[in-house]
Amino acid sequence: MTTLALVGADVVDQNGRRRQDVVIDRNTGRIVDLETAQAAEQVDVAGCIVSPGFVDLHAHLRQPGNEAAETIESGSRAAALGGYTAVVAMPNTNPCMDSAAVVSEVIAWRATALCEIKPSAAITVGREGTTLAPMGELVDLGVRLFTDDGTGVQDDQLMRRALEYAASLTPDDGTEVVLSQHCEVNALSQGGVMHEGRWSASLGLGGQPAEAEELMVMRDIALSRLTGMRVHLQHLSTAGSVEMVRAAKTAGHPVTAEATPHHFTLTDACCASYDPVFKVHPPLRTEADVAAVKAGLGDGTIDAIATDHAPHTPDTKELPFDQAPPGMLGLETALALALTELDLDLVDLIRLMSVRPAEIAGLAGHQGRPVEPGEPANLVVFDPDAGWTIDRGALASLSVNTPFHGKQVRGKVRHTIFNGEAVVRNGKATR
Amino acid sequence: MKHLISTLDLDRQDLEGLLDLANNFAGVLKRPIPKVPALRGKTVVMAFFEDSTRTRTSFDLAARRLSADVVNFSASQSSTRKGESLRDTVETIGAMGVDAIVVRHSSSGAPQQIAQWTGASVINAGDGWHQHPTQALLDAFTITDRFGSLDGLSIAVCGDIQHSRVARSNVDAFTKLGASVTLVGPKTLMPPDTGDWPATVTTNLDDVLADLDVVYLLRIQQERLSSGLFPSVREYRSRWGLTVERSARLRSDALIMHPGPMNRGVEIDPEVADDSRSVVLDQVAAGVPVRMAVLYRVLGPGQFDALTPDDEPEVVDDADGDQVDGDGGPSTRQLVRSASAPDSGSDSSASHLEEVS
Repeated sequence: MTTLALVGADVVDQNGRRRQDVVIDRNTGRIVDLETAQAAEQVDVAGCIVSPGFVDLHAHLRQPGNEAAETIESGSRAAALGGYTAVVAMPNTNPCMDSAAVVSEVIAWRATALCEIKPSAAITVGREGTTLAPMGELVDLGVRLFTDDGTGVQDDQLMRRALEYAASLTPDDGTEVVLSQHCEVNALSQGGVMHEGRWSASLGLGGQPAEAEELMVMRDIALSRLTGMRVHLQHLSTAGSVEMVRAAKTAGHPVTAEATPHHFTLTDACCASYDPVFKVHPPLRTEADVAAVKAGLGDGTIDAIATDHAPHTPDTKELPFDQAPPGMLGLETALALALTELDLDLVDLIRLMSVRPAEIAGLAGHQGRPVEPGEPANLVVFDPDAGWTIDRGALASLSVNTPFHGKQVRGKVRHTIFNGEAVVRNGKATR
Repeated sequence: MKHLISTLDLDRQDLEGLLDLANNFAGVLKRPIPKVPALRGKTVVMAFFEDSTRTRTSFDLAARRLSADVVNFSASQSSTRKGESLRDTVETIGAMGVDAIVVRHSSSGAPQQIAQWTGASVINAGDGWHQHPTQALLDAFTITDRFGSLDGLSIAVCGDIQHSRVARSNVDAFTKLGASVTLVGPKTLMPPDTGDWPATVTTNLDDVLADLDVVYLLRIQQERLSSGLFPSVREYRSRWGLTVERSARLRSDALIMHPGPMNRGVEIDPEVADDSRSVVLDQVAAGVPVRMAVLYRVLGPGQFDALTPDDEPEVVDDADGDQVDGDGGPSTRQLVRSASAPDSGSDSSASHLEEVS
């Protein structure tokens, strides 16, 4: 049987929520009309939601350079299990994805992947913030999102030039090039390993003030105004950042933003354990910041939930807090955290996890699409009410650095369909 | 008490209990042979991932005065510089079978992490900017020795509060013991948010000087100057240093304290360091009995009842009594071991605190 019918579920996409069976043609990788359903393998998905597969704007897949922590294959398996059908791979690999050679390598490896891997590339050579990377050459290879993630572009003039140059690159497929910023003014965050505030004061750890992020958010909004170019702001973590993005959008500036599950669930109080699993950049902030991020996700100020999935091998997280690398896993837990922690309509949730990120990443031609006949079958089927306990030992990622180990959540991915192939069935990866 | 990581884990009763115990050990240290067999057979590792001659020496002496075996683990000689994770290092130490690990580390929180990875007791000998609980105890001991208690005392802690583990542990311990604490220093050296701290904050030392029972000065490190936290040593001294002029405005019975090592001419004028009100050396002296109390509370046979200076000490070879440790000769060890065989083991009486000789 070349067709697969998902029977009994509600579909949720940009056109709303409705009772609808979905039939997939495995040969073409597309959704087809219901009439062909007789010939199909029937899969009972009653009680579940079928939606466009999730799109992550921000994941560190560690290949090349740190394959002990994650590979494109293992990271894509984690992604598929989390309901993702596309992931934008961050360029802070070793060597850095700042040249056609390295990006071509990544493109070759994605044959191993269980979802679409969209390489991003660095804005500056070596992510060092001094010389523009060969953006035109990289756009020709299919790169649409540029970022020095892990660090922000510190030099105001260089960032302006990057925006203007990117605007000059017009891909044939009609998509746009976007610069994506890790907002952190290094001079102000220097020496900081957690949020600066009452907790850093009592724990005796160096702090990064909220303003270290907010100053760059403010600058990039100004540069967007100056150049007329889109700027995407990564992992907003402070109330001030959310407020500035809200104002910029009201003023009509082409700014988009993402927020991570950990920034809408955890606070700097977690650092009191000194467990480096809670170390992340930007750092976990205060309850007021968490509330502001949630509000920003609710009212559309923040366009997308992005994971900032950042695997690290156990030995590197078994160092003192100030010496351990920042970052935490995210791909396999994002949906459940969003369902558990955010009071969102499912249509809004799908907008945040699929529709908008697909648009921002330049993938909207085939990802984050309506669930309708003729559309590519990049889909997720999830049970929004299924409760489970996050277990770091049960994750597909090669690393175990989830801060949510032991947390009770609800919302479980049942099946993930990538280009018509069921890469996850009944919560298990098929390859 | 399994570990001593932070004063925050101690309440007033715990603190007073440790100070009382330290007072008893101070008595032991005045004996002709200042040593008891309380921790004979116990092994204490000095794991100093950051160098500290003073604190290490003090802990080392304290452990030896209790007849524990002492092993030094120096990070500079260890694999921590070869990229080994802290956990691997700690598990390696633990695998050798030790009873307590005294940890000094330049990273805040390291002792708390280590405590999760070892079955041994962990005693914090100073971690990053976080805590230095035995310093707080020895400072409280010194003040108690002079004033009887800390109740109602007015104490100013002056200097680099933000980067000071001494400040964090002392503010907590002093206020639990009934003192009121004022933090003094430029805002660049203050923690970013002291809202949770049981202390008032001022930038002006002269405003508080005349009313103080204790002025506690913190060491100014050269790297604070190079990172631009204040313009010059001269300017720091003129505003926050305990100069001769300022010390003249201190009460005659006030105490001048400093955790050492002092920068004479920076946070404290040379003459003031040697002032009769300075108790800096008393603080150092208090370190040994206080650390004996901590080691005993962590490794000892349980509840301490009373220290009974034995009028009829067991007869052992007294001349070698205080060399009983890892580097004592075999004959010395045998002598002491045989002499104290009756109370080796785990009885919970004060016999563990009897003199070795």
